[in-house]
Formats: sequence, structure tokens, C-alpha cells
Amino acid sequence: MALTLEQVRHVATLARLSLTPQEEERYATQLSRVLDAVAELEALDVSQVEPTSHATLASSLLREDVLRPSLPPEAGLANAPAKVGSAFAVPKILE
Amino acid sequence: MSSTLTDLSMLELGAKLAAREVSSVEATRASLARIAQVDPKVRAFLRVDEAGALKAAEASDARRQAGSPLSALDGVPVGLKDIFLTEGLETTCGSRLLEGFVPPYDATVVRLLKEAGLPLLGKLNMDEFAMGSSNESSAYFPTHNPWDLTRTPGGSSGGSAAAVAAREVFGALGTDTGGSIRQPAGFTNTVGLKPTYGRVSRYGVIAYASSLDQPGPMARTVGDTAALFQLIARHDPLDSTSADVETPDCLTGLEDGVRGLRLGVPREYFSDGMDPEVAGTLRASLEELEKLGATLVDISLPHTKYALATYYLLASSEASSNLARYDGIRYGQRAKDARGLKELYTQTRGQGFGAEVKLRIMLGTYALSAGYYDAYYLRAQKVRTLIREDFTRAFGQVDAIVSPTSPVPAFKLGDKVGDPLSMYLMDVYTLPCNLAGLPGLSVPCGFTQGGLPVGMQLLGRPFDEARLLRIARAFEREHDFFRRAVPV
Repeated sequence: MALTLEQVRHVATLARLSLTPQEEERYATQLSRVLDAVAELEALDVSQVEPTSHATLASSLLREDVLRPSLPPEAGLANAPAKVGSAFAVPKILE
Repeated sequence: MSSTLTDLSMLELGAKLAAREVSSVEATRASLARIAQVDPKVRAFLRVDEAGALKAAEASDARRQAGSPLSALDGVPVGLKDIFLTEGLETTCGSRLLEGFVPPYDATVVRLLKEAGLPLLGKLNMDEFAMGSSNESSAYFPTHNPWDLTRTPGGSSGGSAAAVAAREVFGALGTDTGGSIRQPAGFTNTVGLKPTYGRVSRYGVIAYASSLDQPGPMARTVGDTAALFQLIARHDPLDSTSADVETPDCLTGLEDGVRGLRLGVPREYFSDGMDPEVAGTLRASLEELEKLGATLVDISLPHTKYALATYYLLASSEASSNLARYDGIRYGQRAKDARGLKELYTQTRGQGFGAEVKLRIMLGTYALSAGYYDAYYLRAQKVRTLIREDFTRAFGQVDAIVSPTSPVPAFKLGDKVGDPLSMYLMDVYTLPCNLAGLPGLSVPCGFTQGGLPVGMQLLGRPFDEARLLRIARAFEREHDFFRRAVPV
């Protein structure tokens, strides 16, 4: 199935990826090829098959709701590209 | 001294350390010297932590002196794929986006190695965010195969495999999402074990596809692989998918052989696309296992041909979700001139991720998006069920499954770059095991006429790693391929 440039741009928007025009072209070609290859799954009748979401079929685990020490704020902020006081700095959203 | 010292297996070095014939500082210095000698050619290391390794080695020697070693491998230096968080030591996962990231804590497996006294020599190269089968998608440089420097060591744990094979480290940890431990082990004449999903904690391991990722040991011998595996196979309350099962004893029965075992040979794994030398080596290996007392059983895993498509849909979908965290806000690199928050996200990710990572994020986003979820993601999850059922049926008949690790020996660097589909085919025999959550192991089984290693893959029932190691050891005992001198 051939993906249009417009579809590639839409997916890039959903994925929060800025792409150059050359990348858009490349991904249109490569994604189309990969989607063609995975289309072979359509040959299987899976109407009666349950999906497997996880290898171990683990059920939800619960633990006691008790306070535990967590990463101290300074350690959590140590890798921040930009910070203000004890907070991560981000660009203004509202003017 | 140093060249012979680095040729020792982990268990041999452990015995010499115990007998006080050699110190951990000497062993660590020998590794560092070997790294200085060969890594400019092999390029397995992203970062060598000389000071940290020597400090740990000195502490190990003090414990040996006091008669209180922490484990049989106390003092044996190893390396880590750069996907494991290491407190205070930069961790990039092979990506520019995480350049400069210094983790505030250790991954559980890193903590376990430290608690067992193993000095950590540094961080090993890998495909960016573990996406790749040749190490060429590393944002930094490709690693070279020590058996032929013009070829890839495989991926994504190619740095770990190359460092082990080149005797730069005595053993290493890698991770395996679709074959990333076994395929590079097969390419480099080393042993790689992908444990049962949930056997080894994923806490502090940078996520690619959470339902498939599994850390595991890589070493030169089966015994070393077993010993390293036992150090890291632990239930971990910090990982909600960690299996609450006992740590297995894989060393006690290791020499018990294969007599009486039924080994399945899946006809779908001996397909037309296989290199003739790989096929020939595998056939000869199967005959040998039979001579050693195993019974070979012809089996069928009929949905094998759908595993590749299933894997790439599921892994990419999970990746697109997991990699949403790299937004330039809390850690890693941030785009400099972005105006507004949305542009900050898109530019940080657009500039920071490499080509293969972007392709998989795009594929996953597409497969999960409105209108396509049922056709792609949900369908793949259902096919995954069929693939699991194939294995369940097979293990009703046999004790383990034997196949090639990879359809071809190590290929040339640059040969498959830019052609994702041909690169994906390198994992065709390894990834069904990840979809089913089973343990898988690659053990050296010979060399091509051109001197390239060939790997044999063993697949087992869930939590049956000890049996896989026993089969691999029975085979290894006949050959000692690990003694063969690496040309680098």
C-alpha cells in the first residue's frame, strides 16, 4: 500500500517528529514497502483468535499503598536541559 | 602475561582469583590494555570507565584478601551494553538524543553485578535504542566484527558481542527484543542467552518494546554464560513483569549431556534463503547431537512465516509509545531554536533520533492510529497468539528446538544500510521466540571456509534455561570453538 506524502506528514505530526522534505520522501517509500510486507498477515483468518498482549500473560499486580522514598528532586532535575528553581523549564504556552 | 590472562574464561579467571594466583586489579589492567590495543580497530566501546573499574577491582582484591568474596565471579571484569542505566556514568542508548544523560540510579542487573563484585569496564556500542541488526544505526559509529573488520558484529548488542569475542571483556550483558543477543553472538563465535521473558529484571533498562525486551548474558563459554545468568536471574519487585520464580541452578547439571533428550528440528527454519555454508554447518551439528545421544524430531511451526511481520508491527507500536518520553523536557538533548512547546517536541525528536528510530516510530504510530489499529496492531496481537500456540504444541513433543541462529554469517558493513526489509530478515529465526516469551540461546557451531563464525540456536520451554545451557555445553565440549584465536 502506497503512502502519500500527506499521510506521512500526518503520521509525523501524530508522532511529534519534524521531518525534512527528503525524509518525508524517504519514509513514504520505506513505510509503503514495510506496510506491503506486513500485509501478508491479512491472509490469516484470526476472527476466532484471542489477542496476546504479553508473553507471560501476567495479571495486574497490586502492592500495599505505602509511602516509599523516591528520587530526590535534585537528582530528578540533574539531567534537565533547562530548569527554573526546582522545576523543569519549558517554553511559554500562552502569550 | 596480559594476552594470556584475557584469554581465560570467566570461571577460569574466577578460580585463579580464588587461588590468589592473580589479582582482580591485574585482570582489570589486562582488560584495559587489551581495550587500548584492539578497540581502535573494533570500536566496541562508547565509554571506558577505567577509574571505576580499577576502584572496584581494588575493593574485590581486598575482599579476596579477607577471605570474603561476594560471588564466584568476584573480581572478573565485564562490560555493559549502553542500554543499562549506570549511576553516575553517562548512558546514551546509542542515541544523540540522550547524549550527556547521567543516570541517577543503577538498573537492577547493574546493581546485582556490583553486589556480586564484578568490576564494570564501561559501556558498549549498540544500535540506537536497540533498533537494528548490525550496530550501524548507532548514532556514534559502527562496531566492527573482530573476526573480519570489514563486517558487522550483528546487532543490537553488537558492541557487547564484539568486546567479548575480541577478549576486551570477559563477559557482558546485552538485551534481546527480536534476537539482539543471539544474532550478534552467532556472528562472533560467542554464547548469548535470551532468558525467558520476566526472568531478568527490566528495571533501569531503557525500553524499546516492553512486551519483548529481555536482558541476558553474553560470554565466550557456556559455563560463563550460566554463571553470569545466575547472578542476574532474580525476581524484582521494581519490575511488575518480573517473574516470581526461584533463581535456577544452571551449573550443577551442566555436564549431564543430551542423552535421551528429544530435539525438535522445525522444517520452517531451514528455508531457501539460508546460506549454504550455514545450512551445511547446522546439518553437521544436528548429526553430532544425535551421535551424543539426542533424538532428532522433525517438527513444524506453521506460523513462522508470519513472525517477522507480527514482530515489526508489535515492536514498532510499543516503541512509538515508549519513545514518547524523549521530548527534550526532563533529560537528554533539547532543540535550541524551537518556538513554542510543540515545536520544541517535534524539533528535539526530529533532530535527536536517527533514521531507523524515526522509521519505527512512524510505523508504530501508523499501526496504532485511528482506522488502522484493528487492521495492524490488533491483528498482529492475534497472530502472536497463533505463534505462541505453535510452540506450545511443539513442546508437547520435544524438550528443545534446534535451528540456525541467523540465515547468513556476518555480512559486510554497509551492505544492508538503507534497505530496512533486508536488514529485518537477519532476525527471522530469532524473533518468534521473543513473541512467545521463550528462552533462546546461541552457541558457536563452526566456521565458514572464509573463517566466519556460525551460530546454532536452541529454544526452550519457559524457564527451562538450564536445559538449553546443558545442551549447548554438551556440544561445546566436543569442539572448544571458544579456544580459537581471534585474528584481531
